[in-house]
Amino acid sequence: MDIKDIIKPENKVYGKTPLLTDAVMHYCPGCTHGVVHKIIAEVIEEMGIQDKTIGISPVGCAVLAYNYIDIDWEQSAHGRAPALATATKRLNPEKYVFTYQGDGDLASIGCGEVMHACNRGENIVIIFINNAIYGMTGGQMAPTTLLGQVTATTPYGRRADLNGYPMKITEIVAQLEGTCYVTRQSAQNPAAVRKAKKAIRKAFENSMMNKGTSFVEIVSTCNSGWKLTPVKANKWMEENMFPFYQLGDIKDR
Amino acid sequence: MAVKGAIVVDIEKCKGCSVCIANCPTNTIALSNEVNGKGFNFAIMANPDNCTGCTNCATVCPDAVITVYRVKI
Amino acid sequence: MAEKILMKGNEAIAYGAIRCGCDGYFGYPITPQSEVMETLMVEKPWETTGMVVLQAESETSSINMLYGGACTGKKVMTSSSSPGISLMCEGLTYLAGAELPCLVVNVMRGGPGLGTIQPSQSDYFQCVKGGGHGDYHMIILAPASAQDMYDFVDEAFNLAFKYRNPAMILSDGVIGQMMEKVEMRPMKPRRTTEELLAECGSWALTGKTPDRKRNLITSLALEPHIMEAHNQKLQAKYREIEANEVRYSTYKAEDAEHLIVAYGSVYRICESVVDMAREKGIKVGILRPITLYPYPEKELDALVPQMKSILTVEMSAGQMVEDVRRIANGRVPVNFYGRFGGSIPSPEEILEALENYIK
Repeated sequence: MDIKDIIKPENKVYGKTPLLTDAVMHYCPGCTHGVVHKIIAEVIEEMGIQDKTIGISPVGCAVLAYNYIDIDWEQSAHGRAPALATATKRLNPEKYVFTYQGDGDLASIGCGEVMHACNRGENIVIIFINNAIYGMTGGQMAPTTLLGQVTATTPYGRRADLNGYPMKITEIVAQLEGTCYVTRQSAQNPAAVRKAKKAIRKAFENSMMNKGTSFVEIVSTCNSGWKLTPVKANKWMEENMFPFYQLGDIKDR
Repeated sequence: MAVKGAIVVDIEKCKGCSVCIANCPTNTIALSNEVNGKGFNFAIMANPDNCTGCTNCATVCPDAVITVYRVKI
Repeated sequence: MAEKILMKGNEAIAYGAIRCGCDGYFGYPITPQSEVMETLMVEKPWETTGMVVLQAESETSSINMLYGGACTGKKVMTSSSSPGISLMCEGLTYLAGAELPCLVVNVMRGGPGLGTIQPSQSDYFQCVKGGGHGDYHMIILAPASAQDMYDFVDEAFNLAFKYRNPAMILSDGVIGQMMEKVEMRPMKPRRTTEELLAECGSWALTGKTPDRKRNLITSLALEPHIMEAHNQKLQAKYREIEANEVRYSTYKAEDAEHLIVAYGSVYRICESVVDMAREKGIKVGILRPITLYPYPEKELDALVPQMKSILTVEMSAGQMVEDVRRIANGRVPVNFYGRFGGSIPSPEEILEALENYIK
């Protein structure tokens, strides 16, 4: 069978959702951000909630997320996205409101905002991209950087006595009464992507059910920061990140 | 019933990250020898006969540049 | 007869908010302004007007909640006092950069640092000249009575939405804590969804529908030429505000030979100073800036030629006086009398300072 006969509109089984804009993403080749943007866009499309969704972009690599998903966006100061989301949702309870934050934004400078938004049980979705490093500023240590991991500010590897310990913020958030769904996912292979997408969809659905905050961590790669190829970065993540940041649902009620 | 697939890559948007290649179960995809306007080697169907249209490549593609087609034969 | 109720200035802020159609208040307790949120919590406006009231975990969070609310075109406000405003400065510059309307009430107390809970006007530089980074201005109203506190809430929201710019009521612990009769104005309902869309639909985040492009609220522009153009747009807006929105009043300035410039609670004290001075035959008047930004530049400038001297009185070590000196521009001596760190000047000591300067 000729390829021309296969490539016909009626045979299309998968393609870019129209909820993703045509802008070329500024992310490095192989960056997990792109995959997560895509599955968020697909969830919004499949739920038919483009006109009801407000996204909040962070400071960090994903600051420009608003260029890629075709919804209304607000861009937050560093770490403050959960505070923005709190007011956006409380004043517009008919809207689906989500924040999209990296580990520097959420787990470091914005630690206070995320804790209290989760503790109040705001009916929002928090997407947490954890790649254990600061990507945008050039690969410095994050709160989630693993012990021994080399970064621009831990050039000899992270040491507990100098730098403290990697922070499992997702487990902390799970202990707060206000959260209803806390899960840790990844997006390095098709099965993981499908699971992560299901988790994000559930989180969005929760936000209309008055159940509290849904928190979805995606363990991610930063191949530029880690100084690995995208494929090797995925492998490094599986071997080094997953044993410490174990995947799966931490809380679901 | 057998299936046969094909992919179309948005060449100018592909960054050649190769995550699709690593996740292709049928060894269909490879990087091109030539480069696109941004200087990236891009994903191509190196072995088109192998493609089953499983969508794995497009599912993991961070830049959403792969469209997948499938027919039953 | 309109209803008049005896209340604190801080309580007047709360009633002014509920009754002018405010959509949301987000705040964090700090003396001397905590009565604002306390009053709102007692009144429970979410059960009547639908106004949201939330105690945030910090001032940092409060101001960012304003950002999140203002993005959707809602009328949102917070209140705080000096150390809290310092924490909000990050959010304020983002709000100004993103051109978001909102209201911040600052009931000033003495600083620097944790300072004192007593009244002060030592945040003039911080609030009028900036506070956060970048070239921006807030519209600043300075109340001198509990009635002003009530009325300026609506006024500040109107200005904030007219210019898509943060507005501030710059008050102080005297005005916040003192009780006066306040006339309750007719109730204004909160805007309906349709009214909000008509007023803010071109920019507010109301959900992307097929008939329009997605709306984006950001203060980010990585390309310098875009950021410069955005700054030029902001500056043009500020010139428009300066041309159209100056508010001021005078007290016995028509025949005055000496001018006092004072705002807020100090203005009230200076009214007594003028009356005492005139009994002694000294012709003194007052210019009271009601808007500190935009400043009544032309109005002060026009009064300078008839004066032999100007005395600026502030509860600070001398902040607004820099603007008065700039406008007087060497034509007459501009003197200064200030008490600070939480102390309030008495009419007698101000009069004594005035007499010493002009003898």
